[in-house]
Amino acid sequence: MASMDGQGGKAGEGKDGAPRRPPEWADGLKQLYDSVVEEALPDSFKDLIDRLDATPPARGRDNGK
Amino acid sequence: MSVEPASGGARTAAEKSDFKRELTAVVPHLRAFARGLCGRPDLADDLVQETLLKAWAAQDRFEPGTSMRAWTFVILRNAYLTDMRRNRFRGEYDEGVAERILTAPAGQEEPIHLSDLHRALLTLPAERREALLLVGAGGFSYEEAAAICGCAVGTIKSRVGRARAALTEMLANGNIPQRSTGDDIAHRAILEELDIVAGGNGVSSRG
Repeated sequence: MASMDGQGGKAGEGKDGAPRRPPEWADGLKQLYDSVVEEALPDSFKDLIDRLDATPPARGRDNGK
Repeated sequence: MSVEPASGGARTAAEKSDFKRELTAVVPHLRAFARGLCGRPDLADDLVQETLLKAWAAQDRFEPGTSMRAWTFVILRNAYLTDMRRNRFRGEYDEGVAERILTAPAGQEEPIHLSDLHRALLTLPAERREALLLVGAGGFSYEEAAAICGCAVGTIKSRVGRARAALTEMLANGNIPQRSTGDDIAHRAILEELDIVAGGNGVSSRG
């Protein structure tokens, strides 16, 4: 889960007119992402996770909601 | 996604507990990825809930020690593409994104806001948007992103490059769809590319 923007081996190839390094707005992408990651988890997720143990694995629950 | 019965089902209680703990830990990341993909928070959370149920059902296929985040992103992505084909998402924007100033380019009257970036992001073709999200926001390497999308590393690099170029162009020229009028543009762009994504490479059905 390391943040490795631009250092995944060979940094962004300069083809397709793509900048070699992330443009100045690139930090905004991480801000958008991180702002959601840092949100408090809604109770609906805690409830769902609590209920998982009662759901047998490999029982595809596809109720097509 | 069809979930076949596990062969053997030989997971110990400790392994199940590990799985649940790891699954719980990636929920915030799934929410962030889903919101980047489909824009609206409520639909994104529906998608994450669907993903959690599918991941739980398929837990015997998860290899302990590998990346839970990457594994669940594949499931989420497939669920998203399936829902897109059912026309559930319409490229709607999250009106709740903060009007935070992101950057103020020299020689431009209006600064760029975070919400501008978000709207611009949602106009990108789905395949480029997800590539950029994985690499530029989620911090995945090109190799990891390629594995998640089921395509070649070069394809991911190309998609990220094109996505960056498109966003840079939109943001530099102020060519960003407005909230009231942009939905059509975004929706059309997404749907046009969806057929390509859904019909061609990338949609791996492995969970």
